[in-house]
Amino acid sequence: MEWSIETRDLRRTFHDRPVRRLFRRAVGTPVPDKVALDSVNVTVRPGELFGLLGPNGAGKTTLIKILSTLLLPSSGRALVDGIDVAKDPDNVRRRINMVSGGEHSGYGILTVRETIWMFSQFYGVPTKVARQRAEIMIQRLGLSESANTKTSKLSTGMRQKMNIIRGFVTDPKILFLDEPTLGLDVGIAREVRAFISEWIREHPERCVLLTTHYMAEADSLCDRVAIIDQGRVLACDTPANLKRDLAPDCVYRIEVPLWTDGTNPLDQMPVVRSVAMEHRGDQGRTHMRVILEDEGGIGSVTDRLAKRGARVLSLTRLEPSLEDAFLSLVGHGLTSSNGENGAR
Amino acid sequence: MRTDLVTNLRAIWGRAYVRVVGANREPSWLFFEVALPLLASFSFALIYRGLGAPEQYVGFVVVSGAMIAFWQNILWSMAAQFFWEKEMGNLELYLIAPISRMSILMGMAVGGLFMTAIRAVLILVIGTWVFGVTYQVSSWVLLAAVFVLTMGAVYGLGMLSSSLFMLFGREAWHTANLFQEPVYFASGFYFPVRALGDVGALLASAIPLTLGLDAIRQLIFSGKPVNPLFTVRTEMILLVAATILLNWAALKALRYMENLGKQSGRLTLKGQ
Repeated sequence: MEWSIETRDLRRTFHDRPVRRLFRRAVGTPVPDKVALDSVNVTVRPGELFGLLGPNGAGKTTLIKILSTLLLPSSGRALVDGIDVAKDPDNVRRRINMVSGGEHSGYGILTVRETIWMFSQFYGVPTKVARQRAEIMIQRLGLSESANTKTSKLSTGMRQKMNIIRGFVTDPKILFLDEPTLGLDVGIAREVRAFISEWIREHPERCVLLTTHYMAEADSLCDRVAIIDQGRVLACDTPANLKRDLAPDCVYRIEVPLWTDGTNPLDQMPVVRSVAMEHRGDQGRTHMRVILEDEGGIGSVTDRLAKRGARVLSLTRLEPSLEDAFLSLVGHGLTSSNGENGAR
Repeated sequence: MRTDLVTNLRAIWGRAYVRVVGANREPSWLFFEVALPLLASFSFALIYRGLGAPEQYVGFVVVSGAMIAFWQNILWSMAAQFFWEKEMGNLELYLIAPISRMSILMGMAVGGLFMTAIRAVLILVIGTWVFGVTYQVSSWVLLAAVFVLTMGAVYGLGMLSSSLFMLFGREAWHTANLFQEPVYFASGFYFPVRALGDVGALLASAIPLTLGLDAIRQLIFSGKPVNPLFTVRTEMILLVAATILLNWAALKALRYMENLGKQSGRLTLKGQ
């Protein structure tokens, strides 16, 4: 099968600049190479909306930079539409485009329409075609009223809508979206997500690779999700299958009085697979999301909490979510809260 | 092949458009770009007048004032622009596009020429009018040829420099600022470069603008002593060589630096 994206044992390390490295070695404080990606194997089919889910610094953007020809892998291979990104980047570039969250590209002096047109010219799109495509997308994303506004006067949300159109207007075969809804409010994030899924539905031969650290965004938008942490892909499947892998009886939410001593009251318990704690100072409570190896372990968990002085205020069994799958695999939650910016 | 050519031409126009539109939407540039540089030219012209220097020296200064505009457009507004593009996040979008990096630079330069030409003409007209400079052009054809060759060589130098800005960003920006005044000095903008002595003038001729300016002075102040560096013919040959060499080196350097940036991860800023 011809994959849209394929990586084979992809590895990328970063190291200090040579002079600094020599100096640090000389003074006895060498800094080890930072492994950004470690043996990453990912395949994405045509027509797929594929998500890379991971916390900040997990390696998501590094992977996108390699696939979009901005960075060379240290070892392994990365193929885009069957073409090696390291060996034939020019051919890869004809097939791709990229949009990042919080992007400030373009020039403040140009209007939205002009900016979209300008970037389309770098892909050789005839002006007439570019304008027609842009108009349709501008209307779909509700940007018509701002279309003749200088980009320096746009709000964050409007600007990101423009960036999204910039990426799609060249009709790329493979599109990379790096945290496309980062920092957007609920309504605009929803519009952007709806636009992305509609586009991929209308273009089944295309493919979108999206990175996010919003659980619910990956859950609601992606056909398949790869969970990535510290440069390694820990799991890759449909959101439904990732959730199904967790036994439904093993996820609990436990409320205890505010637990602020910085320790994990359930540490070193073999039955506990992972714990995520959320402190709610205003309520004087701590919410613990606990994933157990088996449901029989819940008794020992409540006993341990009692021994540590964390009285159980409430205990609820939950249906596993993608966040639980992530928690179970990674061992800790994401820095930002689940469902942020209205992903549900 | 044809598709690639069309795409690159579209890219040149796309990038040039920003500058053409920018000139119309922010007319304040006219004041900053014309009135302020005129002050430097006027100062030197007044000094020459005060010292009773030959009248063509005042003409040198006016012509140089116009040529500085092109120099700044190429080296600072084109090459250094890669630094700003990197800061703004545009560079990565240029680099993932299926176009030559030289097309982007050409777009910046062509767009900039629109503004630069206005600035140069205004400086020339105002300077000539205020100081009553008279010109005696020996050959308009040669003058046009020297101008085109000078631009070709200086553009090559600008593109070569842009490869440094692409990779080193802020460091390159600081270095460029450091070199600004020495380059103005060595190019002989406000005096015949021969005044630097034989060795000094020879070293200064490594900057193509030095040769171009010297040839232009010989051609437009024909019959007056201009203390030339070489003959116009020699300077044109050297400019042809510089144009070919610098543009070839720029092509290689851009590829090399891009590759180096891809290896070290320095093509984009952290967080972009």
